[in-house]
Amino acid sequence: MQITERHQEYWRKNLAITGVLLAIWFIVTYVVGFFARELASITFLGFPLPFYIGAQGALVVYVLIILFYAIYMNKLDQEYGVAEGEE
Amino acid sequence: MAVQTQSQFNQALKKYYSFYTGGFVVFVIVLAILEQLGVPNRIIGYIFLLATIGLYAGIGIMSRTADVAEYYVAGRRVPSLFNGMAVGADWMSAASFIGMAGTLYALGYQGLAFIMGWTGGYCLVALFLAPYLRKFGQFTIPDFLGARYGGHIPRMIGVFAAVLCSFTYVVAQIMGVGIITSRFTGLEFGIGVFVGLAGILVCSFLGGMRAVTWTQVAQYIILIVAYMIPPVWLAAKQTGVPVPQLVYGYQLQKVTQLEDKILADPAETQVRDIFKKKSDAATAALKDPAKSFADGKSELEKQVADLKAANAPEDQVKKAEEALNAYPKDVAAATDQWKKDTKLAARAAPLKRHAEIFPGKDEADQNKSRRNFLALIFCLMVGTAALPHILMRYYTTPSVKEARVSVAWSLFFIFLLYFTAPALAVLVKYEIYANLVGSSFATLPKWVELWRQVDPALLSVADVNLDGIIQRAEIAIGGDIVVLATPEIAGLPYVISGLVAAGGLAAALSTADGLLLTIANALSHDVYYKMIDPNAPTSRRLAIAKTLLLVVALCAAYVAGQKPADILFLVGAAFSFAAASFFPALVLGVFWKRANQLGAVLGMISGLGVTFYYMATTQPWLRGIFGITAPVAEMEWFGIAAISAGIFGIPAGFIMCIIGSLISPAPSKEVQELVDHVRYPSLAGDLDTRGT
Repeated sequence: MQITERHQEYWRKNLAITGVLLAIWFIVTYVVGFFARELASITFLGFPLPFYIGAQGALVVYVLIILFYAIYMNKLDQEYGVAEGEE
Repeated sequence: MAVQTQSQFNQALKKYYSFYTGGFVVFVIVLAILEQLGVPNRIIGYIFLLATIGLYAGIGIMSRTADVAEYYVAGRRVPSLFNGMAVGADWMSAASFIGMAGTLYALGYQGLAFIMGWTGGYCLVALFLAPYLRKFGQFTIPDFLGARYGGHIPRMIGVFAAVLCSFTYVVAQIMGVGIITSRFTGLEFGIGVFVGLAGILVCSFLGGMRAVTWTQVAQYIILIVAYMIPPVWLAAKQTGVPVPQLVYGYQLQKVTQLEDKILADPAETQVRDIFKKKSDAATAALKDPAKSFADGKSELEKQVADLKAANAPEDQVKKAEEALNAYPKDVAAATDQWKKDTKLAARAAPLKRHAEIFPGKDEADQNKSRRNFLALIFCLMVGTAALPHILMRYYTTPSVKEARVSVAWSLFFIFLLYFTAPALAVLVKYEIYANLVGSSFATLPKWVELWRQVDPALLSVADVNLDGIIQRAEIAIGGDIVVLATPEIAGLPYVISGLVAAGGLAAALSTADGLLLTIANALSHDVYYKMIDPNAPTSRRLAIAKTLLLVVALCAAYVAGQKPADILFLVGAAFSFAAASFFPALVLGVFWKRANQLGAVLGMISGLGVTFYYMATTQPWLRGIFGITAPVAEMEWFGIAAISAGIFGIPAGFIMCIIGSLISPAPSKEVQELVDHVRYPSLAGDLDTRGT
């Protein structure tokens, strides 16, 4: 088993995308949550905005984060030749 | 069976489950017709119960297996879509299905911590764990700890933590099964528990993970259909638009207006004052129960004597005598009554606004409420990403690629229920505030009459201030009613109530199956096969796994039969424990090559230890056990509630894992190669760590 420069590049890219997605996850959950009182005067679809984000918006973002990660990484596997063969 | 390719298998599954869903819809329609023909409700309840459990048993028997990989990880060929549904059913328990909308009803915005926490955790599963665990590809979570950190100690701590978290959780599920069966069929709770147990065992006993997977898919379909119909109907009834998730913002605005009206209502204040007086009087009486009891009794006796002496009208005397007869027989009975009355203080509290964010009497209080909200989200998220019965499911996909996609499907299927629950809570609240509050006791809606008879703990209305009008404070609601009564509130036929019960049952059974399997596998695979007898033949390994499954199930049913009152707290606590024990060791195991055995052991022990210490000092029930008398406020750190103890345990776990690793030698070359192995889906000359 040989880890080449290219393998390390794959791993760095994985770490980078993990970091970016984790930052989005953090903002949508904790930053919005922390400033919920300040955001409450904004109304969206009849909801106070933080209520909407807590009940629906954040959930949609979570699904998209995971979906994006799956698609991105499955492509990255191909690009760097570490994809699994069909069994 | 002829050898199938993965895509043929996938096609066949889609065909089976489409047929199954169609068949289930036809079944519900037939029952609806039977109901119209006059078949009694109780019979419909029985048919639902027996038909669904029979169905799960059928799938369980068809999936029986004697192959180790099939038994532990369903042969690793569960396509991502179906694994997603199985995770959904595995994840959503009786508490999610029946209790969550009620929690949201009671807590408003604060309750959204559960919604975000229990969904956002899947981001951590996807980014940090699922693909790597799938590449590692053995059978249990302690397996990974054992292989990555070496030696028996990390594996042993993993087994301990897995059993601790899963057992409390499975007890709560079995209780849920007992409650649902007893409510909808009239069977006794104890019998309901054993009917449920039979339902759980027929799924998992013969076929292990393979059988559990395919029943969980079937259970997911039932539970999501059952959950969706009532709110859709209710939304159509209230707003004319059958998409509750889209329109309930406007209903929330109306609820807020109704709340203004309730808060300004003098009759509401009057009712609350009555509750306050009663609870204050009880608190005072409890200071010296013997004296209060004697005083109260002699006062009533004096009243009767005075009235008789004054030749008062007959009905007044009679009333005073009745009051005397109703007086508790002895000090013990009086003390019980007073203790009950002190709890009325909660009902004397002013209305909490549904959309209010971080309520509190002053800024410090509001900030505390915000801290607790964020801490709870964090603990639930990390806990979600560390519960062994969920992580184990990602071992069952055919590849790393499918594992990644499968997390997306999982969250999507969970999302469908979780973004409906807050809508349901608001719709039911609107119904109660708009139609029940302010109406007359003489003309109660039919569903209220029905449910207050079924169980006063679920719904009770009493005319406290004797004005004949229902005030908000006169309604006492148990959380479960929100889901259970919605079919009646929406004016749907009984068959939908039966469907909701079947959905709740499916949610409880599927979660219980996953948990039981986790516990039994940890004991049979990790303890027996890996530590006691590594040379055991396949047949004996499976025999032991099945025996343990039976023993654990019976133990759980026995504990559930005792109806332990603090079980709900324990379920919440399981998240903090799982988060603090597993998450640091698992994540560092993949992302930090330097992490080693000493670090993992110290990290897991201190994570568990800190979490446990914090709970023991701040949670009333545990404080009682350990005889801690110092005021809770002094023991709390930053005012964080006991359920979020993981907020301290998780960092402790990470820090100790890092320190422990740095003060001892780096792990061997083999272990570092193992880390590379899990990081890349495929490498030239790859190791083979797949379990056999």
